[in-house]
Amino acid sequence: MSLETKYPNEVQQILSKYPPEHRRSAVMPLLYLAQREEGYLTKAAMQDVAKIVGITETDVASLVGFYTLYHDKKEGKYRMQVCTDLPCALRGADDFVKSLCDHLGIQVGETSEDGFVTLEAVTCLAACDKAPMFQTQGPDGIKYHENMTVDRTMELISVLRRSGREVGS
Amino acid sequence: MSHILLRHREIPDIADLRVYKKNGGFEAFQNAVTKMTPAQVTDVVKNSGLRGRGGAGFPTGMKWSFIDNKNWPHYVVANADESEPGTFKDREIMEGNPLQFLEGLAIASYAVGANAAYIYLRGEFWQLGAFLDEKIAEMEKEGILGDKLFGGEYSLRLYTHLGAGAYICGEETALLDSLEGKRGQPRVRPPFPPAVGLYGKPTVINNVETIANVPLILANGADWYKSMGTADSAGVKVFSLSGRVRKPGNYELPFGTTFRELIYTHGGGVQDSRPVKAIMPAGASSSLIIVNDEKVLDTPMDYASVRTLGGDLGSASVIVIDDSVSMDWLVDKTIHFFRHESCGKCTPCREGTYWMSNIIERIHHGRGTTGDVDLLLNVAKQMQGKCLCALGEFSTMAVVTGIERFPDDFKNAVSPSPLPILNLKEREGMEKA
Repeated sequence: MSLETKYPNEVQQILSKYPPEHRRSAVMPLLYLAQREEGYLTKAAMQDVAKIVGITETDVASLVGFYTLYHDKKEGKYRMQVCTDLPCALRGADDFVKSLCDHLGIQVGETSEDGFVTLEAVTCLAACDKAPMFQTQGPDGIKYHENMTVDRTMELISVLRRSGREVGS
Repeated sequence: MSHILLRHREIPDIADLRVYKKNGGFEAFQNAVTKMTPAQVTDVVKNSGLRGRGGAGFPTGMKWSFIDNKNWPHYVVANADESEPGTFKDREIMEGNPLQFLEGLAIASYAVGANAAYIYLRGEFWQLGAFLDEKIAEMEKEGILGDKLFGGEYSLRLYTHLGAGAYICGEETALLDSLEGKRGQPRVRPPFPPAVGLYGKPTVINNVETIANVPLILANGADWYKSMGTADSAGVKVFSLSGRVRKPGNYELPFGTTFRELIYTHGGGVQDSRPVKAIMPAGASSSLIIVNDEKVLDTPMDYASVRTLGGDLGSASVIVIDDSVSMDWLVDKTIHFFRHESCGKCTPCREGTYWMSNIIERIHHGRGTTGDVDLLLNVAKQMQGKCLCALGEFSTMAVVTGIERFPDDFKNAVSPSPLPILNLKEREGMEKA
């Protein structure tokens, strides 16, 4: 089913933000919408977005490749993206990631066996004073988790597994 | 001193429209639209000495006055792509005091004759984007945004737009390309955005913190604002303090406050009471300021004074480095960041960050030689002055100042002669270790 059939109101609302002669500006918000359910962009979804804004499928794919929050492969339902940049690393982010790997039994870049969590190390998330921290990218959007410990992270994962969604979102 | 930008610290509900109004909110915007010409608004901001808070420090009123009045429509874009490692001030302003930011954006739009303004937020600020959308809707309902405002002819709409994870989109022309639905890659300048900006139209791009200053400048006057800070750097600044301090966080202080006051009085001092080895005053893009003399800590934080230390104040994202940190590790971290974030458009930056990251990785993991340190310095210096935008230049700052100001850290990390060539299996073993 096409994006316009499935989410007619959202698509119209997105397009209304930009001048009608510059529909291309809507490509990024439309890609977020297309990625919402599966957590990644299928070829069909990219074709669909290309058609709505009137650019080529190659153009759309080049955007998906350029921006880190778009994904073209299925990974875990939740991506845990831990910041390991300099300010966070000065507050123990590297040890935090290592310890998470041990607890989850996966390496950075890998997905847990049940396909629930993918662990990623990412660049600055503008929360340097609250490290260790990470964001979760999943079906409920993007959410920050700050001043984290490994215990609290494991607890968060088990709550997510049980409830199927972020608490408070 | 009460806050000017982080007012939510005194008035916790200031994000609520009624509370904001009760505290004088939107009076400056209404007054501007009903009683002032756009040129008069621009003049007040010019006279206040307000300079851009995104890092470059360009005079804000002057930027507004550059808008091309022969080409229409005009746009204003708020740069909310805050992504510099060490910077986390705009997020707090937008979360805590969103209406003051939005009012500032409305005033800026009126001053340059824009009927539409976009807020370009980094994609990670997904929740914040939804929050601002709510606030914008409330303002529309209240008649503060929309058509024919306050019974006059002026109309204005504000829109949020989410990026999707690319540091380079904080560079203003890359941001414009991204907002146009393209890959975020910098444009060749000139022409500058006030002449050719969004959709080829005259556009003013200001940082969130810059914009948040504007309502109170209009309400209290240029002289009031100039009475704070220093002659060269007027007003207040939100300093993002991070690294090895006891109390990291945002501190709104007048320009000219010393590093010592920020780190020790506000930041609670260094963890484990260790000495400060270096300061990065502008995030990962900074030169490393060496703290080998107590006097360095007594330097006032304003644009001119920080320059005397061989650095730049930039966005005032102060990262504190203590004596437990070795600079080969630090440079490995910053280069990894810039290599990842280089957009790939210009060769010196794309290739330079790639080679610098290979060499520093070798050095940091104990496989480098003395020659590698020279080579790294050489590559960094080759890049300087040759990149299309500031990102490439920024990537070399910690490298050059790290090697030149902390030579022992690199000397200790390398061996004088090449190591024996390892076979693949041995090398993999070393990489894991």
